[in-house]
Amino acid sequence: MDRMERAPILKVENLSKHFGGIMAVMDVNFELREGEFLGIIGPNGSGKTTLVNLITGFVRPDSGRVTFEGKNITGKMPYTIAGLGIARTFQMVRLFYNLPAYKNLIIPLSSPRVKKLRGGEYGERDDLAVDLLDDMGFERDSFVPYKLAGSLPHGYLKRLDLARAVALRPKLLILDELFSGMAMSEVASTLPLIEKFVEEGLTVIMIEHRLRELFRVVDRVFVLNFGQKIAEGTPHEVMASDDVKKAYLGSDVEAI
Amino acid sequence: MAAAEARYRKKRLDRGIKARADTLYVICSYREILYLLLPRALPVIALLLLPLLLRGYWGKVLVYACVYGLLALSWDFLASCGLFSLGQSLFFGFGAYVAGILSYHLHLTPAITLPVATISGGLLSAVLLSPVVRLRGVYFAMVTLMLPMLLLKMIETTGLVGGCHGLSALAPFYNEWVAKYLALVALLVCLFGFRRIINEDYGLVLRAIKDDDRAVMSAAINIYWRRIQALFIAGAVGAFAGAFMTHHYQFVGMSAFALDYSILPVAAAALGGAGTFAGSALGTMILVPLSESLRALGGLRIALYCVILIGCVIALPEGIFHYMERKYHQFERLVKVG
Repeated sequence: MDRMERAPILKVENLSKHFGGIMAVMDVNFELREGEFLGIIGPNGSGKTTLVNLITGFVRPDSGRVTFEGKNITGKMPYTIAGLGIARTFQMVRLFYNLPAYKNLIIPLSSPRVKKLRGGEYGERDDLAVDLLDDMGFERDSFVPYKLAGSLPHGYLKRLDLARAVALRPKLLILDELFSGMAMSEVASTLPLIEKFVEEGLTVIMIEHRLRELFRVVDRVFVLNFGQKIAEGTPHEVMASDDVKKAYLGSDVEAI
Repeated sequence: MAAAEARYRKKRLDRGIKARADTLYVICSYREILYLLLPRALPVIALLLLPLLLRGYWGKVLVYACVYGLLALSWDFLASCGLFSLGQSLFFGFGAYVAGILSYHLHLTPAITLPVATISGGLLSAVLLSPVVRLRGVYFAMVTLMLPMLLLKMIETTGLVGGCHGLSALAPFYNEWVAKYLALVALLVCLFGFRRIINEDYGLVLRAIKDDDRAVMSAAINIYWRRIQALFIAGAVGAFAGAFMTHHYQFVGMSAFALDYSILPVAAAALGGAGTFAGSALGTMILVPLSESLRALGGLRIALYCVILIGCVIALPEGIFHYMERKYHQFERLVKVG
């Protein structure tokens, strides 16, 4: 694979954020190359979601710098960052439950970014939305895309949130615990979609607790614990690291 | 008797035919066409006939109801995108004073002052409130409540634009029929226009901002710019109402920023049912005549008015229009059990 030799698309330097007395993210550095598939893991409360919020502009960092495609995006508004091509999903899905599923996609399809990418026109947004959902496994001939989002099962909501992010045609896609709460079969049908995006050249950051699924697909993993990066490398290297075992299993791991 | 009753139960059918359904377009019979058309056509026809039936005092009340109706629609539009305004009199006052100044100093006719006041009132509202579009809920409401009071005091103390005496002897409308039908048509255009806008993709984004502004931001949409646009639209409608009243009274004074113009639209929307526009219009058509007919009671008027309002809000918290709409689409019949 030549993914490692490509230019860096995202650069995070010395990023820190504290909430009160708690250091949520402490001096985190990493680089992401174009087309790379990065996994971020860590125990609960280790700062993974805060890191995503810092990159996407939902939380302002105390210090540090985020560079996307050579542009400093530290502290920019979330819509500006999304407009540059960083799309994200939310751990707790944020959808418009009183709208039909496909109407949820009208929102990103109404953004200036999509308009520009489509050559200055929005197009038939309803049709585009149904097309997108069809790709996500919401069959267009069934009733599913037209049902109220509030009436869909959890697995569909997660995929709808993914569709909402993908509708922006991002360059970097950040998935914040996309698989949490999904059934095994739903994970099995969603994972190939993400692998397909990566094959098509999309850069993906995936935060996940389901390590088995994650390690099978990602190029590189980095591990957060108490807001600090404690390990980085291929899934194999990370699993061998003692620090990671300690973080996940507690400090008495040697005794076992 | 009891045994006979037990074998039947009420079955409720939620029907509801949509004129612009999301997927299917099925209107088969004249009955279905009427089913859709009548609830829209009847109020429109009734409203257009009312000026012919109501003369004198009640004719004037109808005009007030339309003006308050415009303010209520403007409130409802802002509320649909998550901006809760308690300062409709700000928009009203802008329109009233712009029209007043143009008419007083430049002797322009309503044909020119009305459109100019509408556009510039919308712009003024959007520009003045643009620093606070980041505020949500009650904080935005507080700022909008303060601004008209601030402007009122400024006019009072500086004596600008007529000061306490206001500007009088302004150009009237051509005749009273022009005034009446202008107010009515403006209300209807605004009502159906807003209903259309809010169901288009543009309005969908506005409603989404109300539901979850962070999700809209993550979809690369500048929610603050969208809110400023909504403020312009709502401000323009409110300013039109103000400019209309200036020429109707042939006078503009500090009363244009009065609290009445802020509170009554909110009460009307609460009574009629917010979020549908028709509810807000219906609410004003009930509240304004009610308030006028209680005038004979003198001082007790406001007290009784409040009691009626509280009673309605407790009995029908969803609003009259939501209730009527739900009932209209429901068919109840007795079905045999067993």
